Amino acid sequence: MSLGKTVQILNQNEGLLFESSSPGKIGYQLPPLDVPAVDPRKVLGAGNTRDEITDFPEVSEVEVIRHFTRLSTWNYGIDLGLFPLGSCTMKYNPRVNELVARTEGLAWAHPYQPEDLSQGAMAITAELERAIGEITGMESVTLQPAAGAHGEMTGILVIRSYLEKQGNPRKIVLVPDSAHGTNPATAAMVGYEVRTLKSNDKGMVDPATLDAAMNEDVAAFMVTNPNTVGVFEENIVRIAGIVHAKGGQVYMDGANMNALVGIARPGDFGMDVMHLNLHKTMSTPHGGGGPGAGAVAARAHLEPYLPTPRLKQENGAWTWDYNRPDTIGKVRAFYGNFGVLVRALAYIMAHGGPGLRNATVDALLNANYLRKRLEPHFDLPYQSPSMHEVVFSHSRQEKRGVKTMDIAKRLIDYGFHPYTTAFPMIVPGAMMIEPTETEPKQELDLFVDAMTAIAKEIEADPEFVLKAPYNTRVSRVDETLAARKPVLRWRPQVPVSRAAD
Amino acid sequence: MYPENYSYTKEHEWVSVEGGVGTIGITHHAQKELGDIVYVDLPKLGAALASHTTFGSVESVKAVSDIYSPVSGEVLEVNTLLATQPEKLNEDPHGVAWLVKIKLSAPDEVKSLMSAADYLKYIGA
Amino acid sequence: MIGMKSLDELHAHLPADAVIQKPLDIAPGLSEYEIVDYFKARAAECASGYTSFLGGGVYAHYRPVMCDVIASRGEFLTSYTPYQAEMAQGTLMTIFEFQTMICQLTGMDVANASMYDGSTAVPEAAMMACRITGRDKVVVARNVHPEYRQVLDTYLKRQGLPVETAAYDSKRGTVDLDDLAKHVDGHTAAVIVQSPNFFGGIEHAAAIAEIAHKAGALLIWVFTEAVSLGLLEPATEADIVCGELQSFAISPSYGGPYAGVIATKEKFIRQIPGRLAGETRDADGRRAYCLTLSTREQHIRREKATSNICTNQALIALMATVFMGVYGKQGLRDLAHQNLSKAHYLASKLPLRFDGPFFNEFVAKAKNGSPAGQNAALRERKIIGGIPLGDFYPELADCALWCATEMNKKQEMDSVAEVCA
Repeated sequence: MSLGKTVQILNQNEGLLFESSSPGKIGYQLPPLDVPAVDPRKVLGAGNTRDEITDFPEVSEVEVIRHFTRLSTWNYGIDLGLFPLGSCTMKYNPRVNELVARTEGLAWAHPYQPEDLSQGAMAITAELERAIGEITGMESVTLQPAAGAHGEMTGILVIRSYLEKQGNPRKIVLVPDSAHGTNPATAAMVGYEVRTLKSNDKGMVDPATLDAAMNEDVAAFMVTNPNTVGVFEENIVRIAGIVHAKGGQVYMDGANMNALVGIARPGDFGMDVMHLNLHKTMSTPHGGGGPGAGAVAARAHLEPYLPTPRLKQENGAWTWDYNRPDTIGKVRAFYGNFGVLVRALAYIMAHGGPGLRNATVDALLNANYLRKRLEPHFDLPYQSPSMHEVVFSHSRQEKRGVKTMDIAKRLIDYGFHPYTTAFPMIVPGAMMIEPTETEPKQELDLFVDAMTAIAKEIEADPEFVLKAPYNTRVSRVDETLAARKPVLRWRPQVPVSRAAD
Repeated sequence: MYPENYSYTKEHEWVSVEGGVGTIGITHHAQKELGDIVYVDLPKLGAALASHTTFGSVESVKAVSDIYSPVSGEVLEVNTLLATQPEKLNEDPHGVAWLVKIKLSAPDEVKSLMSAADYLKYIGA
Repeated sequence: MIGMKSLDELHAHLPADAVIQKPLDIAPGLSEYEIVDYFKARAAECASGYTSFLGGGVYAHYRPVMCDVIASRGEFLTSYTPYQAEMAQGTLMTIFEFQTMICQLTGMDVANASMYDGSTAVPEAAMMACRITGRDKVVVARNVHPEYRQVLDTYLKRQGLPVETAAYDSKRGTVDLDDLAKHVDGHTAAVIVQSPNFFGGIEHAAAIAEIAHKAGALLIWVFTEAVSLGLLEPATEADIVCGELQSFAISPSYGGPYAGVIATKEKFIRQIPGRLAGETRDADGRRAYCLTLSTREQHIRREKATSNICTNQALIALMATVFMGVYGKQGLRDLAHQNLSKAHYLASKLPLRFDGPFFNEFVAKAKNGSPAGQNAALRERKIIGGIPLGDFYPELADCALWCATEMNKKQEMDSVAEVCA
């Protein structure tokens, strides 16, 4: 049977690795030891030495490769098709980036090797810092944060240290009700009280609401631009002015920077510090949930507070500067997710300045194309112009008892990864769609066909959609059972008697 | 559906008082809005509860809701059944799935709560 | 089709004072060939062709080919966090296996799906201990990785959570139990100890746990060298075990990306930060997996979440899982044994600073008291010597931290001995 992009085919069953395990099987070979073997019990102490790693897998090499290859076929990735998760920027991950990150002198560079033997790695880091400074319109960049939320923490810590230096760290961080959950969680981790601002009927920050909430206790306003409804904040310059007038700082969540590269720069429109998810905008692979990298860019007045160490040039050579009296300190060991930074720089080099801008325009084009074609079938709660993503609501389908998550599950049957469901929270039953620039028109059209077909199915037989998916390896997964009776690890069902074998 | 001898809050809790001891739970309406309940976080024995302040939370797969105490008092008993069978809160919220029993410190507080009839009107049932 | 005459109309609605004034100052795009060339040139400016004895939280272990082969599959590489369980069973099942193997190695009941790295796992574990105990102070041993301790300070300071440091025994290099006991009191949420510690030494879990538990504090056990878990008795006395998995098939890559992890006892699962995969059933009763206990996390609980962590290190954790599968029960033990033997061979040629048991790292006094001078001499033989310790520990300015793994050959170690002994 064929449906949308899919056809049902044979798919291998596979259990857990532990279930193929049997005593004595090995999948490795070490070279012979060229030094005298020591007795662990003697050199470590008998009490410090374990006899075995109980129940650890024992499998052969071919079993390992089959196991993980079979599991991989139960997954979906950008390599298989459109991945329209809003706010996640699932664009094509160029493979040359994977190759260059594995270049031996870079992949095997130890963070404590002498600086004069690390100049290439430092030059790459410096070059990426420069490019991100240019893209964001900010004077200084740190590449240490490991992911977006880590970048947020770094940025809010920087603001806190800056305000402390002025004499008062202040108490409150303001966030709009459309913000990513990481924003309030971050502010709380940095010791701030969080206050939430209601968005206006355009899905934007209301300057009057912000003005009323803004006072000398407010350290920062965290704003996502374009915001999570996919809309550029039309009052962004005024918003920055309101915050600055009371001595606050503006933090920009750069999760949606894919809408702005080459078109608008946060530094130019009044933002003080921001992060950029390199695993979104700069195409480094998401890998099933990481690793990412959360570059932080800051205006000059915040530079002294950035995490240590900072790169600097001395007598024509790169060196790490640890002597930074006002720094917030270290946010992680070493210098950041360097392997991710290599990939991001490769992406920027491949595009170049003009190419980066073209990619942004294509991302806007693809999102607006989907908006135009899906608008007849789904409710669009905010009419403001869309940037790189568009947010529909399930309100029409809900009248037939079908919600955003049900539509998402049915979309899987048509061979697509679903859009983001139920976020942003200001849109009840949100369906947040971000196609990115790397999707060809044919793929977008297939997606539109699938969404349209589902809308029709809901009209004809809503019950049918409620039970989707049908064509997947597993039918709808019971998340309630998983949470009520958590099983978070495998354990052998019956004690295995090794002696009986 | 909503026992006449219980008193109700706008935050969808109920309390039933007997001999100075109040039994507190969440309403049928609340459990329906929350959906499948997967976890209930309750206070320790002896904890002091103040009326209209949060003393615990109820979780579904994708939401957490605070529970507010309708009345003030000291926790005498906690419903241990919910630790292993949170689903009981969906099945019988006004009965076996009560949350805590407290010794009331200001019994008059009950008077400011809604009757079953008022509560029904409040939720538009 | 979308009713626009030119592509510029797509962003014509942006306010005039917000748009870019001039094109980006970034050179035009390059071909694949030119990009590869650029990075090869940069790599040539690094330490290619050197033998290294560097450790200190980052270890050079052989990476089985299988790890890259699996992690390069597009279905893993280009997938997202597995929110849509029906189309992410592959990722979810590997996370479940990862969590299980970490439990087996650490002796804990439950492990999360990974943290950014070891250095950030430590403050996350400390914050977890503060939530559990309702206390605010943590005591960290001075022989915990110095950079980890700096990160701990950065995270905790602004939350008003004081960090105190307990000394190490200057003879053995392990935690000074008397000094530790002096710092631990009724305000202490956690005692943080690393084993093997930064000097490579093995700590005594039972004695440290007794000090912590007597005061009602939790014990957080940190590891940076995961291979040691193949031979070392797990610290089941600990309440939280956290650490770095770089040793499991992750390239040193100039400091990242790596993968951290937090494991703990069953009773603390509601306070563990980060993603968790759990086993469940599908609508037809078949075994299936999904992310679970999500109400702990930022996307639901927002400012009340256990952490702000969102993206973690799934692909790195997958490589570590493949690594653990390839080596398996006997292999990991053999690998650990080779490390132990190599390090003890090297140690037998150098003047040791401490006299306690160690795994694959140890501190040795430098020739003429000058680690820099010693390293300069080794450089002539294309050898990168041990890490000079003066920047981290002024009192050890005449010492270096040496590491030997299965990758170091006897001949190279003999060469070190010729220069340094």
